[in-house]
Amino acid sequence: MSSNGTEGPVAPATSFRFGFGAVARALERTHVRAESLLVLVALAAIMAVLSPVTGDGTRVFLTANNLFNIILASATFGILAIGATFVISAAGIDLSLGSVLGLASVTGAALVVTLGWPWYFAIIGSLGAGAAAGWVNGFIITRGRVPAFIVTLGMLGIARGLALIISNGRGIYGLPEEILFLGQARPWGVPTPVFILIGVALIAHYVLAHTPFGHHTLALGDNENAARATGINVRKQRMKLYTISGLMAGIAGLIFTARVNTGDPTAGLTYELLAITAAIIGGTNLFGGRGSILGTMIGALIMGVLQNGLNLMAVQAYYQQMAIGAVLIAAVWLDQVRAQQRE
Amino acid sequence: MALLELSDLEKSFGAVQVLNGVDLQVDEGEVVGLVGDNGAGKSTLMKAVTGVYPVDNGRVQFDGEDLTQIEPGTRRSKGIEMIYQDLALAPQQDVANNIFLGREPTRRLWGLFPNFVDKVKIDQEAQKMVDRLGVHVPTIHIPVGMLSGGQQQTIAIARALTFQPKLVIMDEPTAALAVREVESVLQLIRQMRDEGIAIILISHRLNDVFEVSSRIVVLRRGNVIADLQRDETDMAEVVSYIVGAHT
Repeated sequence: MSSNGTEGPVAPATSFRFGFGAVARALERTHVRAESLLVLVALAAIMAVLSPVTGDGTRVFLTANNLFNIILASATFGILAIGATFVISAAGIDLSLGSVLGLASVTGAALVVTLGWPWYFAIIGSLGAGAAAGWVNGFIITRGRVPAFIVTLGMLGIARGLALIISNGRGIYGLPEEILFLGQARPWGVPTPVFILIGVALIAHYVLAHTPFGHHTLALGDNENAARATGINVRKQRMKLYTISGLMAGIAGLIFTARVNTGDPTAGLTYELLAITAAIIGGTNLFGGRGSILGTMIGALIMGVLQNGLNLMAVQAYYQQMAIGAVLIAAVWLDQVRAQQRE
Repeated sequence: MALLELSDLEKSFGAVQVLNGVDLQVDEGEVVGLVGDNGAGKSTLMKAVTGVYPVDNGRVQFDGEDLTQIEPGTRRSKGIEMIYQDLALAPQQDVANNIFLGREPTRRLWGLFPNFVDKVKIDQEAQKMVDRLGVHVPTIHIPVGMLSGGQQQTIAIARALTFQPKLVIMDEPTAALAVREVESVLQLIRQMRDEGIAIILISHRLNDVFEVSSRIVVLRRGNVIADLQRDETDMAEVVSYIVGAHT
């Protein structure tokens, strides 16, 4: 890229991918891909132009209510995408995210509604079921040396089946008010899930970008031998990462339950597609070594804007699935092309 | 007393016995060349010293302490560093983070949030180390993967030296380097020795071994078959031990 650049200090070529160097460098430091921000802005602009017009002449897409809707819809898979970011930046994968979300949703609801335990058992149950499923993933991956792809694919089936068994295949309705607050209330006019998403994202960002745990996660994804050679306990690290991933699915499951007032065994179906796509287009390296929660949040918003815009344009949900799948493939393809150019 | 004292180390992988009761001593500030054919057990022996491979039998004593049952991270903090042939660097992380990998200094952010990696300190210390070793890198914020082989080698050395090690094990540090880069790595080894650091140098390049070592140990089929003073031997004798012609 800097073929003519014999003068001046050598800096990573990526800093100059765009004219506005300072912004690009700031993004570089947080591992956010500058393109993903551009894509988000461009996509939002397109959706705004194409969206229907209300009676008083404003674009439906741009109304405050709709923008909240986007974030609200993004909250569930956004939290899943945080889990995906942790495992993928360590060169792992978690395909069970969506199913574990369903299992968590049902477990929490069953404890409170079916068994009549106090409301907070919905929280303990959802988070506990999610973390437990993630822990099992991590245990089998690290002890049995079974590829993460296979273990989490298996868990995708197991967790979904278990969710259907617990709930007898039917939704568990009627949660107490305290739980509904987590999904349906609007303190200061902002939906509660948005607060939860922001809170979880801030903590996750701190952990991934600013703690030794985060540094070790990226190093592990970058070069496992390097991690091991520098005394990082690779096995423990992986266990923790998959448990975190499961915990995120648990939190997302809880929010889902609260939003629809149901422990739903089919909740989160194909959400792993959304979550992994959000993480990848946010700049997480599918092969590990690079990942950023900020980027993932931008990725989740891109997915949210895409879905919302297509909804407003009355595009059938079937096409939306296709669009999301295509975005995932295109993002990784683009990454590969760029990697080849660098070599 | 010797800094490092290995006695009767045994290690097997399945049916293959790789170490057959190895005894070896290394003193402070001594450069020991460890040579031997492929499969002689050099790397396994060194990984037994760093703790990456637990041994089946025998004892690893370091600085008067029995470290046989101690895990690698703790051994590292007690002053045993190893520089691997593949360098064990994380290519997408920057130079500074690589130097501090696994030992990130932390502080409380705003006196509140614990475990905050002190990136400012990492960068400062890494810069100092890079300057001290005279490494030429454009900036310590550059991902390590963008550096040349020689630069990466010196970054790996910088990482090993950051925490005042007493013993540094180097596995083929000159194997993949250009001639000019080899000389600067050998110079670094002499510099480390002069600072009192003991060095075990594993290398196939006997020229380099003779250049910097004071003792040369030959490993063959998991046994130490020769322990020679550099000044009392020559390349022909070492080679004959390596290939098994001299027993």
